[in-house]
Amino acid sequence: MPPTPSAPPARAVDPLFLALPLRPLADAALDRARQLGVSHADFRLERVRSASWRLRDARPAGSSDSLQLGFAVRVVLDGAWGFAAGVDLTPQAAAQVAEQAVAVARLSAQISRAAGGADVVELAEEPVHRDATWISAYEINPFEVPDAEKTALLADWSSRLLAADGVSHVTASLLTVQENKFYADTAGTVTTQQRIRLHPSLEAVSVDERTGSFESMRTVAPPVGRGWEYLHGTGWDWQDELARIPEYLAEKVQAPSVEAGRYDLVIDPTNLWLTIHESIGHATELDRALGYEAAYAGTSFATFDKLGTLEYGSALMHVTGDRTAEHGLSTIGYDDEGVATQSWDLVKDGVLTGYQLDRRMARLKGLGRSNGCAFADSPAHVPVQRMANVSLQPVADGPDTEGLFAGVQNGLYIVGDRSWSIDMQRYNFQFTGQRAYAIRNGQLAGQVKDFAYQATTTDFWGSMAAVGGPQTYLLGGAFNCGKAQPGQVAAVSHGCPSALFQQVNVLNTQQEAGR
Amino acid sequence: MSTQNNAPHQLVERALELSRADGCVVLVDEETTANLRWANNALTTNGVSRGRRLTVIATVDGAEGTASGVVAREAVTAAEVEELVRAAEAAAREAGPAEDAQPLLPPGAASGGDFTAPPAETSIEVFKDFAPELGAAFARARAAGQALYGFARHELTSTYLGSSTGLRLRHDQPTGTVELNAKAGGSSAWCGDATRDFTDIDVAALQSRLDQRLAWGKRKIELPAGRYETLIPPAAVADLMVYLNWTTSARDAVEGRTVFSRPNGATKLGERLSQLPLTLRSDPAEPGLECAPFVLAHSSGDFQSVFDNGLPITPTKWIRDGELTSLQATRHTAGLTGLPVRPLVDNLVLETADQAGAPTLEEMIAGTERALLLTCIWYIREVDPATLLLTGLTRDGVYLVEDGQVVGEVNNFRFNESPVDLLGRITEVGRTERCLPREWGDYFSRAAMPPVRVTDFNMSSVSQAS
Repeated sequence: MPPTPSAPPARAVDPLFLALPLRPLADAALDRARQLGVSHADFRLERVRSASWRLRDARPAGSSDSLQLGFAVRVVLDGAWGFAAGVDLTPQAAAQVAEQAVAVARLSAQISRAAGGADVVELAEEPVHRDATWISAYEINPFEVPDAEKTALLADWSSRLLAADGVSHVTASLLTVQENKFYADTAGTVTTQQRIRLHPSLEAVSVDERTGSFESMRTVAPPVGRGWEYLHGTGWDWQDELARIPEYLAEKVQAPSVEAGRYDLVIDPTNLWLTIHESIGHATELDRALGYEAAYAGTSFATFDKLGTLEYGSALMHVTGDRTAEHGLSTIGYDDEGVATQSWDLVKDGVLTGYQLDRRMARLKGLGRSNGCAFADSPAHVPVQRMANVSLQPVADGPDTEGLFAGVQNGLYIVGDRSWSIDMQRYNFQFTGQRAYAIRNGQLAGQVKDFAYQATTTDFWGSMAAVGGPQTYLLGGAFNCGKAQPGQVAAVSHGCPSALFQQVNVLNTQQEAGR
Repeated sequence: MSTQNNAPHQLVERALELSRADGCVVLVDEETTANLRWANNALTTNGVSRGRRLTVIATVDGAEGTASGVVAREAVTAAEVEELVRAAEAAAREAGPAEDAQPLLPPGAASGGDFTAPPAETSIEVFKDFAPELGAAFARARAAGQALYGFARHELTSTYLGSSTGLRLRHDQPTGTVELNAKAGGSSAWCGDATRDFTDIDVAALQSRLDQRLAWGKRKIELPAGRYETLIPPAAVADLMVYLNWTTSARDAVEGRTVFSRPNGATKLGERLSQLPLTLRSDPAEPGLECAPFVLAHSSGDFQSVFDNGLPITPTKWIRDGELTSLQATRHTAGLTGLPVRPLVDNLVLETADQAGAPTLEEMIAGTERALLLTCIWYIREVDPATLLLTGLTRDGVYLVEDGQVVGEVNNFRFNESPVDLLGRITEVGRTERCLPREWGDYFSRAAMPPVRVTDFNMSSVSQAS
């Protein structure tokens, strides 16, 4: 039996969403698709409200409040996919969009047959989920908070930073999203869901007018699947972080340039989440491993023939895929193919043991049931296999971060993400951070700057010599993971503890720039 | 979809009639898209879509300045316009004074299309010639032991702009791109084109280019990281110049926080970035790269202001004969910095004055003693804003040129390079041609660039990806 996602009872699906003609439109679309002979059809109606605020030096510098509303019909006909999307919320329009999706499927099937193709779209079985409802975990919907309160808080925080010595400029931003999805398919699954996410961020800049040099320091508070309570201390200590930003920045301005070479790295969860995202999260997407992203986002070195044998990293490495983690940005009850979401192992004891799947990929490789990773970022886009919350698990009795420093003679402690890049098969990566501290003989010895670490995925994870305990664990993440064509963005969280990596190549970015 | 009451121009007029704010700007975007995607010689996730977005920008005057409220909704009908207008007005009343506040523009300065005509549309029919040619390409690839991957998209967006000051402007923007990737024998090759209507896309010619590159890949050569003379093709030059263009904020430069900053609030305007007579420019009327000739701002940000909606966009030279001549500025940031108003433009051209005398990439290869030849670059991210150091990777074909010939395929590399520094190390510039930026093509597809030869391109490390 599939797990039954649960939702706290206090929250309710937005009545404005429920007032939309969800079932009449679904019935019209699915009935028309059935009449046209499809072997599968699904209907998805989405309402995605996104709002953002931006302040420069504590003054409003742009805001927006947008709402996407529309529906999509996806069909399988003659073994080919067809997809169409529309915005007119009438049964007639829904039926017409179903006809368009069927026409696209017919075109696809014709071209594939003419080219001698034998690929046939089939979907993994999934239990039928009738009239299921799921709501994410939050206390206060940010869309119910007056805009003036949001900008006042950001202005107050900005002013505090601006008042500190050495801070020349401050940029503040807040992104909030409410996502409502209604899904129905020809097998009988019907789901209605709602989730909330938000991302506040502040950056302070120090400019030396005389020399023209400048440095910046950004908050490392992660984006979360929480509500407005996040800005008032639930899940993050904003007061503490804002108080420390000016001193972090002042120290960075004075810091020496790093000496390029090999270092033991203790990487904080505020930085490591992004390394996990790029080198594990994307590499264990089965559609990429099978070539379906080859022309765009790329493939993966973790090819299907290596499942169960690839030594991804050290034996300490235990990585899970999870679409059920509380407050995760990728967390939801049912995916965009009506699959109840799950958690599972991707890497266990350092060996590749699983992939992220959608229903077609699961069937294609005989993996049984999909693990629920289909997602579309808008009603106008086709669902593709997107990332679960991919997380490195802590060691139950592992050390705290200071305990990881203890064994390091000459190393760096890296905090916060900044620049990131990885090749199209997920081998070669280069990351920077908000700040790096020298570690000498087990103790922090002040910041260094101009650093980047560069490695190959399996070398890097193979060099992981110690993993922190649960007390170091943090759920980081991003709103803007890009994939697919047409391009789609997805929000995803990555949990991890602090961890120690031995003898990683560190570059001096000034030298890289030829200076 | 556009019944009489819901026609885009009527939604604009209805919103303006309902407005009780001191000022109001209304934008309606009608968008249709069609796309084909393929992998391993078969179409995969293809589709069509239609969207309609109504954006209302309300401005409210106050003792401390003018505030703005921006609210956008999709699929709005005439019956729902009032709710949207009131939401924008409420947002403006809740917002503090907008720092970018300026008087809304009067009509007359910019000209647009037929404001009352129905929106332009695309459909899957745009691929009626392209799709069969693609099917034939799949068959040829399968027979040759190749696998084809790629994507073709066509979008048509009609934008209607109206304001309480009398602006009535309309712009139709077609955007089309095609990318074709072939894999065989451990090699990967890519080419891409931008188009307005797909009538000028020759699939067989694109496939022939890929065949040539796969043939080059039959000899594999391993080279270490290092600094190499490198021939960079137009698509890769475009990705670097687009990023440079996105970094030309006058305000950020004056505030001392970009590569174009100088001490004490000065900028690098007037400084020579290249010893060659290179010009980087934008022009809404550039043939084949036509784009909106007036500002269409759906929200305010670093590069645009909602108060500038309808502002004419004129031809702009960002770099002229190697010298930095313009930085991007809204009316607001122009006032802050004392620099001219320079809106960003949705196209970009890099060229030398003597196009007739400029060599083709093939001629540049023929004149090369030893250099790397790239296909394209990928996953470009900013490492250091002070130098505009970017990192990224080569992809889908790096070749070694020796004594005027391509002699084999080289492993991929990670690079660390600044496009600003790179301008000073270009030693040869080829003929400018229309091209598709590989990385930024989703957002910025209207570019014309030359191939260039650059010394000491920093290949920081080897990438195993193939």
